[in-house]
Amino acid sequence: MLNRLDDMLNFNTQALRIRDQRQQVLASNIANADTPNYKARDLDFKAALQGALQGSSAAGGTTLDTTSPGHLAGNPGLTAEAGLLYRTPAQGSVDGNTVNMDAERAAFADNAIHYEFNLTRITQQIKTMLAAIQG
Amino acid sequence: MSLFNIFNVAGSAMNAQSQRLNTVASNLANADSATSANGEPYKAKQVVFAATPVDESGATGVNVAAVVEDQSPMKMVYDPKNPLADGKGYVTMPNVNVVEEMVNMISASRSYQSNADMMNTTKTLLLKTLSLGQ
Repeated sequence: MLNRLDDMLNFNTQALRIRDQRQQVLASNIANADTPNYKARDLDFKAALQGALQGSSAAGGTTLDTTSPGHLAGNPGLTAEAGLLYRTPAQGSVDGNTVNMDAERAAFADNAIHYEFNLTRITQQIKTMLAAIQG
Repeated sequence: MSLFNIFNVAGSAMNAQSQRLNTVASNLANADSATSANGEPYKAKQVVFAATPVDESGATGVNVAAVVEDQSPMKMVYDPKNPLADGKGYVTMPNVNVVEEMVNMISASRSYQSNADMMNTTKTLLLKTLSLGQ
């Protein structure tokens, strides 16, 4: 029963974690819009989510060592630099900075909406389960 | 909760931008200061930004690595009546480029605003996260 609950919430929880990390990366880009030689970064949401759902090291995470069949595989989730890519600059600049403020702010707003969407989904799922439990 | 990191990132950027605004203010104020405490004319100052990681998770803030003096040549103004004039009647004036400083000021204030917006968005997200499940 608990496992089922966990499985149901797992997808949106993982998505939320990646949205959270992406928000941080985009915030770093906007903050460094005037820093010479700063290279804008972003993460591939699709690849990161797939990696997090499979718990694989595909996203750059570490896996737990299992020495007994009873051990849980564990979900490493995302690590610091996992799947962080550099943006291709649309327009070069003399100081070597590759932050495109418009694109970054659009991505930041987009990511914030998606984060809220995932929160809403989790809330709805909790309410659905509560309705099922209470009858 | 890594969203809290954004406050550190945006905070460091706002701090750096306000320091930049400060140097712009001092450059503009001293655009005509032909002499100073050490007898030399004022030299324009510029801040140097550097990206600094705020923690091990990959979030990067900004700090002011150095405040350097502008190396562009000083302005020579012909004013033989000025007591600071040299033998040929020229006065050495600060190398402050007023137009450049104004551009710098607008850029700094826009960046500051962006970071303040970012903080607001993050605050909304965190508050929504706190009310999760309600």
